[in-house]
Amino acid sequence: MTTKMTDTKIATKNITLIQAINDGMKIVLERDETTLILGEDVGKNGGVFRATDGLQEVFGEDRVIDTPLSESGIIGTSIGLAVNGFKPIAEIQFMGFIYPAYDQIMTHASRIRMRTMGRYSVPMVIRAPYGAGVRAPEIHSDSAEALFTHMPGIKVVCPATPYDAKGLLIAAVEDPDPVLFMEPMHNYRSFREEVPIDYYTVEIGKGKKRMEGEDVTLITWGAMVPVVEKAANQMKQHGISCEVIDLRTLYPVDERIIAESVQKTGRAVVIHEAAKTGGLGNDIVSIINDTSFLYLKAPVERVTGFDVPVPFSSLENHYLPTVERIVKGIEKVTNF
Amino acid sequence: MVESYPIKQVIDDQGNVVDASNKDLINEELVLRAYFHMYRIRTFDKKAKSLQRQGRIGTYPPFEGQEAAQVGSALALGEDDWLFPTYRDHGAMLTFGADMTRTFLYWNGRLEGCVPPEGKHIFPAAVPIATQILHATGASWAEKRKGTKNIAIAYFGDGATSEGDFHEGLNFASVFQTPTIFFNQNNGYAISVPFERQMNSKTIAQKGVAYEMPSVRVDGNDFFAVFFEMQKAVERARSGGGPTLIEAVTWRTGAHTTADDPTKYRAEGLGQDVVDPIIRLERFMKNAGFWNEDVVTKAHLEIEEEIEAAVKAMESYPKANVEDLFNHVFAELPDQLQEQKDAYLHLLGGK
Ligand SMILES: Cc1ncc(C[n+]2csc(CCOP(=O)(O)OP(=O)(O)O)c2C)c(N)n1
Repeated sequence: MTTKMTDTKIATKNITLIQAINDGMKIVLERDETTLILGEDVGKNGGVFRATDGLQEVFGEDRVIDTPLSESGIIGTSIGLAVNGFKPIAEIQFMGFIYPAYDQIMTHASRIRMRTMGRYSVPMVIRAPYGAGVRAPEIHSDSAEALFTHMPGIKVVCPATPYDAKGLLIAAVEDPDPVLFMEPMHNYRSFREEVPIDYYTVEIGKGKKRMEGEDVTLITWGAMVPVVEKAANQMKQHGISCEVIDLRTLYPVDERIIAESVQKTGRAVVIHEAAKTGGLGNDIVSIINDTSFLYLKAPVERVTGFDVPVPFSSLENHYLPTVERIVKGIEKVTNF
Repeated sequence: MVESYPIKQVIDDQGNVVDASNKDLINEELVLRAYFHMYRIRTFDKKAKSLQRQGRIGTYPPFEGQEAAQVGSALALGEDDWLFPTYRDHGAMLTFGADMTRTFLYWNGRLEGCVPPEGKHIFPAAVPIATQILHATGASWAEKRKGTKNIAIAYFGDGATSEGDFHEGLNFASVFQTPTIFFNQNNGYAISVPFERQMNSKTIAQKGVAYEMPSVRVDGNDFFAVFFEMQKAVERARSGGGPTLIEAVTWRTGAHTTADDPTKYRAEGLGQDVVDPIIRLERFMKNAGFWNEDVVTKAHLEIEEEIEAAVKAMESYPKANVEDLFNHVFAELPDQLQEQKDAYLHLLGGK
């Protein structure tokens, strides 16, 4: 890790997404003593992915807490801590194990503010690594964002890069409401980028244009971003220019960035790894329908996982949208 | 504390019989079966670790050190009983009759690894912790309703007792007096979290008290202790006496999985005083006159051949079939899923 000063004199370091998350947590633990980390193996072990590595040594067992093995316990007690003055950052070891806590999130975390007309609130962050493609054992690879974007009362964030991961994590901790922070396991260590050493935030609810283009808008997030960029580069060689939008926040979605882009290109493909039916892609199609219908030159295409449980590792590369499938989707809208 | 739960033992670390009342129950056939299966699953486990290191299978959770618990419990079951394992219990599964090639396939990311041999009641390993505890309760409840004598066993770790499903499973079993055995392997750790951090109870066995359930704490590295206590629990369940909770106190010798680094959280040398369950059995066999060099050598050879053959079969197994992404999601694929399947196969075919 080298520290370097960029043109604007902001000190940065070249780190991976997982290091950026660790860095973000370190900063909030330093700045705000009401923040706590809770989860399975987050303390002494530093997390099964090393997301919390070294934090217990710095902040002690009392703030970086190894809990019993119980997701409902972690989330339910975090709710109690949050309504009573603390800011828990709860880790769910893999998103595929969040389901025992679903009840607590659905019936409490997401609606306590509403039920008490604002008297109580749940300023907590739930971190969950998600996604396939890393040859993990079964159930470890789910991508369940739509279960939570559908849930009223909780924000859902999903960074794709180290810079966004740190800035969004700090923003999530500072947010007055519960935030589900999905971490693309596939991007944990796959690349590095320059990230400011100090405190900064990335606004929740704002997408980001990753590539500028004229012919088609590609909308995606998280682990799919690098795959979509690859497909976009491939299309460039065939004379088709793609605009790539990384949503970064899945609820509330940045409708404006979608509408502006689609109104420019007139064509869109939405790409996500979760199953097609009930997937967030359908909401994005609806946003395009509501905002940009008369600009469309072709029906919006979706390239997604299939309507099947995320398969065993031997078949996961068939499940995940590939460059080839994305290119097919792009060709479909450009050749319409 | 309401009751205390001393650890039941039949043989000690040196392989001496501590409880003479069990002496008559130990015969050559039982000893040799125990040795054969423990050595067999140990060799399997070693092989799997080595295959993982060579990249020939995926992440693998070793069970080294837990062979007496897994074999002692599985050998006490009857042909038609049900077994609900976790990801660490393929030793018990193999002993109960799971197919070895398929067990390797499972750890190679293959769905085929979840399919038990025809007629064997072995559930796919539970990956979400503690979920299987309820399934075992339900399956044994079904046997009771059908009027059979069959029972179910649920395997689970110390960490699993923190999940709601553990308590719900025990409560249902207690309320409906199902023929279920809740077989806990207390191996000291749930990944990095030690027993003392997982719970403030001194034992897992005592948790049975809350559910008015007979419970027992056994030395999980003592094959005979596990086997005899299991036999009692099986007998109770078959004869309508309801569920039992067994805590087998053992030790996870290695890492949680091949992706885990225990030096992060376990002091070096911790657990070194635990006598390996196979060494313990060997000592007993030598002390008690059951050790026969020829028989043992023959068993080793047989086991090694079986394992080599299973590895070969795993590696020459037909490639994963893409259609299996879709094929078994429903009895009959709904139209839109059929369309997804057709479109994808068409795309692949068009290459
Ligand atoms: C519901 C759920 N949460 C978390 C995990 C991740 N995880 C896998 S194994 C494990 C520890 C289990 O410990 P224990 O029950 O003692 O069994 P052992 O692994 O020691 O056999 C954890 C936390 C999981 N598989 N399922």
